[in-house]
Amino acid sequence: MADEPQQPKQPKKIVPKKYPMPEQDPKERIRNFNEVPIGQEAQTAILEAQRCLQCKRGPNRKVCMDGCPVEIDIPVFIKQVQEGNFEEAIRIIRQKQNLPAVCGRVCPYENQCEGLCVVGKKNEPVGIGRLERFLADWERKEMKKGKVEVPPPTGKQVAVVGAGPAGLTVAGDLAKLGHKITIFEALQYCGGVLVYGIPEFRLPKEIVHAEVDYIRRMGVDIKNDFVVGKLETVDELMRDYDAVFVATGAGLPDWTNLKGENLNGIMSANEFLTRVNLMKAFKFPEYDTPIRAGERVVTIGGGNVAMDCARTSLRLGCKESVILYRRSDAELPARREEVHHAQQEGVRFELLAAPVEFIGDDCGNVKQVKAIRMQLGEPDASGRRRPVKIPGSEFLIDAQTVLIAIGQSPNPLVPMTTPDLKTTKEGTIAVDEEGRTSKKAVWAGGDIASGAATVILAMGDGKKAAKSMHRYLTQDQSWPAPEVFEKLSCEM
Amino acid sequence: MRAKMYEIVKAEKLTPDVIKLEIKAPQIAKKAKAGQFIMVTPTEHGERIPLTMADFSPEKGTITIAALEIGKTTKELGTLKAGDKVFSLVGPLGLPTHLHNFGNVVSIGGGIGLALMYPVVRAFRQSGNHTINIIGAKNEKLLIYEDEIKTVSDEFYVCTDDGSKGHHGFVSDVLKKMIAENKKIDLVYAVGPIIMMKVIANITKPHNIKTIVSLNPIMVDGTGMCGSCRVIISGETKFGCVDGPEFDGHAVDFDNLTARNRRYMPEEAVSLKKWQGAK
Repeated sequence: MADEPQQPKQPKKIVPKKYPMPEQDPKERIRNFNEVPIGQEAQTAILEAQRCLQCKRGPNRKVCMDGCPVEIDIPVFIKQVQEGNFEEAIRIIRQKQNLPAVCGRVCPYENQCEGLCVVGKKNEPVGIGRLERFLADWERKEMKKGKVEVPPPTGKQVAVVGAGPAGLTVAGDLAKLGHKITIFEALQYCGGVLVYGIPEFRLPKEIVHAEVDYIRRMGVDIKNDFVVGKLETVDELMRDYDAVFVATGAGLPDWTNLKGENLNGIMSANEFLTRVNLMKAFKFPEYDTPIRAGERVVTIGGGNVAMDCARTSLRLGCKESVILYRRSDAELPARREEVHHAQQEGVRFELLAAPVEFIGDDCGNVKQVKAIRMQLGEPDASGRRRPVKIPGSEFLIDAQTVLIAIGQSPNPLVPMTTPDLKTTKEGTIAVDEEGRTSKKAVWAGGDIASGAATVILAMGDGKKAAKSMHRYLTQDQSWPAPEVFEKLSCEM
Repeated sequence: MRAKMYEIVKAEKLTPDVIKLEIKAPQIAKKAKAGQFIMVTPTEHGERIPLTMADFSPEKGTITIAALEIGKTTKELGTLKAGDKVFSLVGPLGLPTHLHNFGNVVSIGGGIGLALMYPVVRAFRQSGNHTINIIGAKNEKLLIYEDEIKTVSDEFYVCTDDGSKGHHGFVSDVLKKMIAENKKIDLVYAVGPIIMMKVIANITKPHNIKTIVSLNPIMVDGTGMCGSCRVIISGETKFGCVDGPEFDGHAVDFDNLTARNRRYMPEEAVSLKKWQGAK
């Protein structure tokens, strides 16, 4: 750097807003399952990158990359984009990030990298998420799909249980270090929640398949249709593998347990989304799995999954899609962008209202939701104001379909079939800060360890675990004392 | 995206509408136990459907499934020949039959349920039980697994609705008679049409005879993720795929199950019509 001629310092004039992301028109898009944001052109990406100030991290100075759970060298890759070096830019991202095309779409950047962006203090932050997406899409379109170079084999074998975001991250990170990885996946396609949960219009499945293919090209072996806990237990896997990573997700749907919940037309968000996304019921009868929305769909819940349900329902042709959420707009747990998209598309938000009963017709089909108005009281343990029923305020909403999107719990299969794996009261696998479990040589991460969270947090867990696993496989086989996990399983 | 990967070793029509497929699946064959099921997806565009395992052989590395060709997916399975492949096969799923030396076990099967009944009664017998087996179908031609079940029976009864073979009438008639004659019955196991299982459970309930039924709700993933298969057991919601498929027959809400199994009938008709039109 010292040899370069000093550039005269001139105050950089910052373009105050992000360059717009072209999107499908709301009226048009509610009639198809195509992706809503269309993606940026190379020229726009370069201009967006030029909004970046190239801030340096400091002990008292948090910058974008401090907000990234997988620690991408953000300013460094943005610098390459500024200069049009897309191949180098995506290479830098790939060092830390195994699923850039996914995270460039579904990460909550506003709370992470973009939330810490210095430009964002006075203006809109640099569109880091859309730059990541641009580069991943550019790579998929422009670069050759040959074998991905990995170091010579270490001779160590690792089993990864579950091909969701956490499992794919561990597989990618450890393959990059020369370990031999086998992924065991219960479903017919890899991606976990990325293929069964997140809808096509937010994350096209073709993109997930391409990301999985990249991991396969690193030499990772993937066994689909393989239910660990049924076909083989974790103990049986350990006979053939030096280490195991469990990432079986939060696949167990939560229910309201209200009267009438088993009526026809009422289903979990998981069932609805699995039919539509994994089984492609939106293309019925070209695909065999059926789905029916009816005239009005009521979705119960206010998170990202609820938004996905409400927006999918519109695309299946319902006349009205209603979100029923017990708190107010400010408490909606969904990302703002998702709420905004749902509003744009005409989803009706029935806020401060909770279901009390489901009413059916003579044939056992749901026809109405009985709900009650709520008001916000004192803050509860989560810090959010507790919703309180307003007596006598019950009202009815007609519905042919009701979707229960109030959360998911950890998948119980692996804990149930692995006796010495300690779990918490919530059913998650107890792990220390490195993702180690009470069973030596077994790690866990993602929703099975943390409860239902986000794709990127699951990937962050995978990253931490991969580091710890690498150390275990190559240097130090020590393991925390059993008391550590006794304590963890009680605390959580 | 991925090749079809499970090869059919043998295909056989048991009746004009029942296909029996022996499929190469060594790992499943090694682990399968009586009472469990598999999820099969015939093609990449196909539906995941649960089918009972009629047999499994760790030595041959195969499993055998039997399907009543009633909808598009099962009719499509009915066209498969040896050498063909299916897209996806997952198993063994569900909890195996609880095995124990109960004493006298009366197992009752009807229709396609007979395919599942065979490995279950075989296992009952291997566990030391005295196996009394009652099988039924509309007519003699629709009786499947008769010879196989007979070989694992200590007592064996056949019923047909039209009287073309054995007792002229329902399987429940034979059970009623046994109860009326004060035959010692320690366990009743029933698998078949929902109405049959409901009738059996209603017969045994007043006599406090423990009755296990094997349910067949609509499933999507079959691994406990979606709740499509939820059934009401003693007022509580359970998942057929992971908590079942076997439940206490006296606790099952059969009417709810009947209603839930009808929920995609219009779409099933569309799918079948389209497939038949294309053939």
